[in-house]
Amino acid sequence: MKRERSIAMTIFNYFTLAVALFVVFFPIYSIAVGAFKTQVEYYQSGLALPDNFFNLENFKRVIDIGDLGLGFRNILIILAISVAGNIVLGTMVAYAVGRFDFKLKKAIMGMYLVAQVIPMVTTQVATFSVIQSLGAYNTMLAPILLYLGADVLQIVIYLQFVNSIPKDLDESAMIEGASLFKIYRSIIFPLLAPATATLIILKSISIYNDFYTPYLYMPKQDLKVVSTAIYSFIGPNAAQLNVISAGILIIFIPTVVLFLFMQRYIFAGVTNGAVK
Amino acid sequence: MFNFSYKTQRYLILFGFLTIPVVLSLTFSYYPAISLLYYSLTDWTGLGWDMNFIGLDNYVEIFTKPEVFSTLKNNLYYLGGGLVQVVFALYFAVILTGKLKGRNGFRVALFLPYVLHSVATVIMFKNVYHMEYGSLNTLLGALGLDSWQQSWLGDKRIVNFALAFISMWKYMGLNMVIFIGALQSIPGDLYEAASIDGASGWQKFRYITLPSIRGVLELMLILTLTGALEAFDIPFVMMLGANDTSTFVIHTVNTAFKYQNFGLASAMAVVLLIMVLLFIVIQRKLLFREGRSE
Repeated sequence: MKRERSIAMTIFNYFTLAVALFVVFFPIYSIAVGAFKTQVEYYQSGLALPDNFFNLENFKRVIDIGDLGLGFRNILIILAISVAGNIVLGTMVAYAVGRFDFKLKKAIMGMYLVAQVIPMVTTQVATFSVIQSLGAYNTMLAPILLYLGADVLQIVIYLQFVNSIPKDLDESAMIEGASLFKIYRSIIFPLLAPATATLIILKSISIYNDFYTPYLYMPKQDLKVVSTAIYSFIGPNAAQLNVISAGILIIFIPTVVLFLFMQRYIFAGVTNGAVK
Repeated sequence: MFNFSYKTQRYLILFGFLTIPVVLSLTFSYYPAISLLYYSLTDWTGLGWDMNFIGLDNYVEIFTKPEVFSTLKNNLYYLGGGLVQVVFALYFAVILTGKLKGRNGFRVALFLPYVLHSVATVIMFKNVYHMEYGSLNTLLGALGLDSWQQSWLGDKRIVNFALAFISMWKYMGLNMVIFIGALQSIPGDLYEAASIDGASGWQKFRYITLPSIRGVLELMLILTLTGALEAFDIPFVMMLGANDTSTFVIHTVNTAFKYQNFGLASAMAVVLLIMVLLFIVIQRKLLFREGRSE
């Protein structure tokens, strides 16, 4: 009796999983096949597989007209600078806060915590005027400055790692006469590598996905990033669903590849952040 | 700096390592939040720096003109969708923490939407929802369910559900993985002991699982609530807020950048900020109250 029930449960669980998988993959499937179809084919063949998987015409067109090349180039520059800066600043804060006692320590941690609570999207109106008065409006400096600062999640993850590094390591380095900066550079920073890997991936995905910041702060044509490029592409080309599908597919690829190879780090970062 | 005493080095490190991060945080989080308060009391247009102090006029406008708060009703769709999504996330987290063949593959597959590019995802759904050639209506047609076919983005009664669904589609996997993390930290012998005592699956869930993940569950609910209040990307990219899909944030952004009324927009942002903070404070208070009674 009990056994039958548990078999029924298992079947039910697999059934719900199958439904969920269908819901997740149906939209992705439909644009994946659509991307290889000609326009006429797209409108006639419904959800069937494309006639020719080597029809790359749509991809050529969207890269060409949609400025995707430019978008990828710009977002790569922004990503490289802001993620590198973000990691350096984040590890420095974690080292300073994790290893030393000083008067403002609590205040600084509190500052990060409260900043997290202020929803970025609401203060944009005022942030805009800061960016403008710094002369960063319509330059790559604007998003870089906004992405550079560490968030509380990052500090918390780093602090956990810093606290797990034995203080003896610092002390024996000091006996050998190493400077504190050297301790940070040659002991702490390298030992934070697993956390850094997680944070680089999560940060890169969130910057790559961000629409709001580039849209507001870099409306200039040649500063388009992937988000804003595809956004302005759909305006006049709304009818060409096949070409748009190709664009979506191209844009999906980088983070999917990153995710499939780095799942472990992504899952670790996501769970770590919330359970704290 | 290599020849300084450790005491001096300590000062140099603290000063050198913390100045830039603190300045960044002050400039891009705190200063905007504070100046927002000031702008909200002015008639600033956002062009140039001329502004007149007009007291609480902007706030009066917000609370007397119905069109500002009426956008909040569209945020309710995202709240509803978010709550449904939390339930699904918890369900899948529970079955994917148990003994189930292929659970890792399922986790990866269900998490996938979260890593997909957000704007491209919305545009993908624009193709899916397309009235004539969209894959959803095509699928329904192929299944013989022609009567279920809808103008998903054109019909005012449906469009907000269609948009909130995108948000569910994207974030369900994220919430699921967070729940899985919390579930895995529950010691397994609790369940074993309960099984020996003859507890049913539901009883185990009700009396072991739920209490153990309460903290995460509360966090998730507060994130759902604030996320719904801040809904912006999906309706903006899909519809530009047209067809009665404008949310509070879209209305704020338009007021500032389209209608050049930064003063009023700032006041709206302050109102939103207060609402978000209020919910967070309420949640914290509830948490602390529990903490004391235990």
